Amino acid sequence: MAFAPFPVRPIAPQERTFRIEAGQFAYSSSEIKVNPGDTVNIQLVSTDVVHGLYVDGYDISIEADPGQTKTLSFVADKPGSFRFRCNVTCGAMHPFMIGKLSVGKKVWFYRSIGLSIIAIIGFLKFPRRPVLITAH
Amino acid sequence: MELTRLPFLKSALKSRYSQLAVFIVMLVGYIFVILAGLIGTPVGSHNFSIVFVWIAWWAILILVAVPFFGRGWCAVCPIPLPGEWLQRGAVLNPPDKKPRWLNLRWPKFLRNIWLQNISFLLLALFSSVLLTTPNITGIVLAAMLFAAIGLSMIFERRAFCRYLCPVGGFIGLYSQTAPIELRIKDKQVCVVCDGKPCYNGASTVGLDVQRLNPPLSANSNTGYGCPWDVFPGGLTKNTYCGLCMECIRTCPHDNIAINLRPFSADLAKPSTRLDEAFKAFIMLGSAMIYAGVLLGPWGAFKDAAYNVGTSAWFIYATIFLAIIFAILPGFFWLMISLTSRPFAKHPFGAPIGRGVGVRKFASLTTALIPLGLMFWVAFSLSFVLTNATYILASLSDPLGLGWNLFGTANAVWQPMLTSILAPAQTLALVGGLIWSARTAQKAANEVKVSSVPVVIYCFITTLVMLGLLL
Repeated sequence: MAFAPFPVRPIAPQERTFRIEAGQFAYSSSEIKVNPGDTVNIQLVSTDVVHGLYVDGYDISIEADPGQTKTLSFVADKPGSFRFRCNVTCGAMHPFMIGKLSVGKKVWFYRSIGLSIIAIIGFLKFPRRPVLITAH
Repeated sequence: MELTRLPFLKSALKSRYSQLAVFIVMLVGYIFVILAGLIGTPVGSHNFSIVFVWIAWWAILILVAVPFFGRGWCAVCPIPLPGEWLQRGAVLNPPDKKPRWLNLRWPKFLRNIWLQNISFLLLALFSSVLLTTPNITGIVLAAMLFAAIGLSMIFERRAFCRYLCPVGGFIGLYSQTAPIELRIKDKQVCVVCDGKPCYNGASTVGLDVQRLNPPLSANSNTGYGCPWDVFPGGLTKNTYCGLCMECIRTCPHDNIAINLRPFSADLAKPSTRLDEAFKAFIMLGSAMIYAGVLLGPWGAFKDAAYNVGTSAWFIYATIFLAIIFAILPGFFWLMISLTSRPFAKHPFGAPIGRGVGVRKFASLTTALIPLGLMFWVAFSLSFVLTNATYILASLSDPLGLGWNLFGTANAVWQPMLTSILAPAQTLALVGGLIWSARTAQKAANEVKVSSVPVVIYCFITTLVMLGLLL
């Protein structure tokens, strides 16, 4: 179940542009959703100090100086849910400056739910009974 | 399988010198971490104290030490050492003359882990600052060292480790799942043993080796009474045994063993203590809150958690405490009291649907122990793999003074293994759910109720955690 092909309805790829403002220690538009195959343009605007944006899984990044806009373009060809995070040390909470990119359905999330349901049904259907010790 | 049958391992565990060598390295490292926190660079992600404590140490602790060695960290932890050496008046074997400290018994009403629950929560509420601000980490680590010294001067044994350490509480809880244990070999030997030197200390009971019953083994030794205030003869679970190995040295009958065993063997006999039950909720809730606040995309939560003292922080702290002390336990209580039914007629105790006693409530929370541990594993995988490359830079320049000791000072930050993160977290969380469902069934059998509500509770909390992390 965890590795079976996931049924998806194909959607024609589009070009999607997002403007993301980065300020200590959060992104505005912190969650972006696209479809697999979409061309994604992220316009990063820093509102205070230098910030970056690194996309987990895609291993691509961009940096923006205060007041400047930089654009990161890529094709979202890997489905799933990915974190994007600041990759320029920008202050105390820098390691936790995180956003979320969803490409298509949250495949691992649904697979995990499926696995959990199977496990739970298994336990509820076939519960362990206490061992009864009888004297002879 | 008894590991202490291996001669090399046994002699290494019994030797005070090999333990002292490890202790000295750990203590020097600990003091260096405090100094790095206080005088090193204020940039958290480049400061040795932040990187080594909250990334390297945390990864080793939660991903390796606790799941596989239980209280293995406590066995080498340097925090109690200076206080213990002062308390004993010796670094190695017991001295001829004992120092005159107060040596009081720990107050009876505090002989539980409520103080550890509180100390953990105090750190947890300030964790966003603690995890990111080097001098705060340095101050907290120094405070723990001095608190341990102070308590050693007033109370007997390792009062700090046993009753106050914020880390020791959850290590003890989760150590029950570890495949390793310290236990006695033959209960009868302990029953008839004169003076119980493993608990009282061989030197303090004036051990007369010629008159002991049963006779001494040839390699008996003098030593200290259990620093953790545990009588090894009564050990049935790992929670309060700090694996300090003192009883292995002190037992005159060679009756103490380190055993390999199946995972979570201790959980077959559930605890009925409310302090331990709430520790399970505290850990479960904290992992979920951190997953949402620290790893989630919501900036307002991070701001609230970091800006201590502001109204937003007070709201965050209130919600944090409400989740841990009201929502999670309340929902658990509701589940087991409203939806449960006894699986069989039994001669004692009311069916759980007609009222939940403390004993049943606490027993059933045993199922949350493996669940909570795996929540922390899943949370830590994300945090640690993302930030592990900071270790290279801080190794070469631990104080941020421009050094490049190993040529890695300019190592570029790069998340590691992000492609396997989601499968690994799925494995941890679903595996944890299965593990807790199995534990729930054992606990429910013990208290003669149905495990279904507990299993459903574990399932729902796992779904929440999956949603937060994936």
